[in-house]
Amino acid sequence: MRASSRDFKDNARRALGDRNLAAALTILKRDFAGRRSAAVARLPEFEQLRDEGRDIKNHVLTHLDLYLETFERNVMALGGQVHWAADAAEARAQVLAICRAAGAKTVTKGKSMIAEEIGINEHLEENGITPVETDLGEYIIQLRHETPSHLIAPAIHLVKTQVAETFRAAHTQLDAARPLDEPRQLCDEARQLLRPKFLAADVGITGANFLVAETGSSVIVTNEGNGDLTQNLPRVHIVLASLEKIVPTLEDLSTLLRLLARSATGQECSTYTTVSSGPRRPGDSDGPEEYHVVLLDNGRSAMLGTEFQDILRCIRCGACFNHCPVYGAIGGHAYGWVYGGPVGAVLTPQLIGVEEAGNLPNASTFCGRCESVCPMRIPLPKMMRHWREREFERHLQPSLYRAGLKLWAFLARNPPLYRVATEIGAAVLGWSGRSRGRFRALVLARGWTKGRDMPAPEGKTFMALWAERQKQKS
Amino acid sequence: MDESRDRILGHLRRALNREGSRDIAAQTVGERLAAHRPNTIPARAVAGDRDARIGLFQTMAEEAAATIARLASVKEVPAAVADYLAQRNLPSQLVVTPDPQLQPIPWGDRPTIRWREGIANADDLVGLTGAFAGIAETGTLMLISGPESPTRNNFLPDNHIAVLRAEQIVSTYEEGWKRLRSSTQPSQGQFTMPRTVNFVTGPSRTADIELKIELGAHGPRRLHILIIDDATVG
Repeated sequence: MRASSRDFKDNARRALGDRNLAAALTILKRDFAGRRSAAVARLPEFEQLRDEGRDIKNHVLTHLDLYLETFERNVMALGGQVHWAADAAEARAQVLAICRAAGAKTVTKGKSMIAEEIGINEHLEENGITPVETDLGEYIIQLRHETPSHLIAPAIHLVKTQVAETFRAAHTQLDAARPLDEPRQLCDEARQLLRPKFLAADVGITGANFLVAETGSSVIVTNEGNGDLTQNLPRVHIVLASLEKIVPTLEDLSTLLRLLARSATGQECSTYTTVSSGPRRPGDSDGPEEYHVVLLDNGRSAMLGTEFQDILRCIRCGACFNHCPVYGAIGGHAYGWVYGGPVGAVLTPQLIGVEEAGNLPNASTFCGRCESVCPMRIPLPKMMRHWREREFERHLQPSLYRAGLKLWAFLARNPPLYRVATEIGAAVLGWSGRSRGRFRALVLARGWTKGRDMPAPEGKTFMALWAERQKQKS
Repeated sequence: MDESRDRILGHLRRALNREGSRDIAAQTVGERLAAHRPNTIPARAVAGDRDARIGLFQTMAEEAAATIARLASVKEVPAAVADYLAQRNLPSQLVVTPDPQLQPIPWGDRPTIRWREGIANADDLVGLTGAFAGIAETGTLMLISGPESPTRNNFLPDNHIAVLRAEQIVSTYEEGWKRLRSSTQPSQGQFTMPRTVNFVTGPSRTADIELKIELGAHGPRRLHILIIDDATVG
């Protein structure tokens, strides 16, 4: 997909004016956060499991070459094939070649962020193959020619009336007077129309939540069961996965599963967890005859050993989205590329360049909620700061902004000067704002005061007040 | 593309300073893979005896919107199935997997039930399967694929009825894996992972529209589990 991360500020402004989006995000903030905290409260070992999850992934990352070789060996031993893709173009070519060899006309798809990252749908369409999204949310946005706005709830930016409009426009073969007021009716309609597509597809493409090195297995976690119909019914199953999805053993998988659903939807566990190993076996009456795993790098190996390595622990649960005040205000599309929210703010500059996506790590108040709920304990704010530093090093910000930062740095390195400067600042602002107690507009901060007032300081700095209090005490 | 494979692995090895450390690292990885060491196990999953385990399985499965019937013996299955279908106005017709565990079911006791053994197709409204294990921790069925248990039977029919013997219920996922690893016949040599292992917790659902949970997205609309208490059968 074409990135619009450069236009983040415009995107965000537009999103803030979208009433449907605001209504949808209100539901998201209320439900997801509440469900997660209830699920966590029921599992006293949760914090310990987070430590272990982090340690498992750290261990994998420091042995990634060896685990990938083991995984590949075990897939091949079961009759499956592994395709290594250095970038998105290679992955697209590999998927297309497999589909062509299978003589595919239609391809069903389970939910996959890697599929979004490499833009596989457009590529298949351009080459005469019809991709059919089968996850309800993905199906809705495919009909609307949109991209997912959330890792696990791709159509979360829409309210039900919008979905109904979309279905009426797309499903013209059905009675125009049918009722479509409730999610139940929408869900049934999608089920009814997608069932024959599952049965007719020549190839099924799924993502992978995990790859198990020990057994050469790919794992998908879903609630709908669409992923299972996608990978079981067609003759060929293609798994799209990135390098860092590896876990060592089935025991390690079990630990991460305990973290995933609780962090994502607040469920004890998702409805379907499916562990797939190779193509159908002799004697089997169903299952794919071919099993392919496309292993995508696309910039990830370059993160290993850098200050961004920790982001490779991410299991794409979406908890950071659900707890982020910025995401909660603007939704996922404003971020302008596949990955939004706090994880997108860290991952996107790496995958498409900090020149393109420098706005994203700046769209944070550093409140730290993302890190506090991340099941993998990824220090997201710290990594956003690293990107801001890189931006500064590469002279990517406007000159006035840079000058301001330099002035700040100069003062911060000279504590006595800093104290004098802030005392003067506080006194001037306190004096000039004494009548109203707030400022409607401020020189050099017009952007900030455009949407809100700036409270006037009391006239003294914190350090001055602190010194006075200490004196009173003694 | 072997070229890409070499390039990616080369990147990784350089980033990890693999030169010189490969033997030690390979040993670490080998040991870790062989040990199958469980991590922290939630205490609530392992507390209690057999009855508590069955009770926990039932509680958690029902919480996930599955329904449960407990039967004293496999002989009661036809009557339980007939009741279930009648209560929900479902046709008395089902597809049954050719699972040896299901062979002792005396279908002849209920001649009104029309059943067929084999693989499910798009028209089957009701499917009955066995199970490999039940996971008490989350009320989850563990189902494995094979000639006698085609995977699509777990997903295609609108109504999934699963027969689970009480002693198949284990406390945790780790216990499930342990059972699976030891289930390989000695003649087959090394353990081979089944093609598909399905963990199923309740019926299919979605919350993709306004986060409202609706059952029956693409998989079964209903999941009914018959727990057989009789330890001597099967």
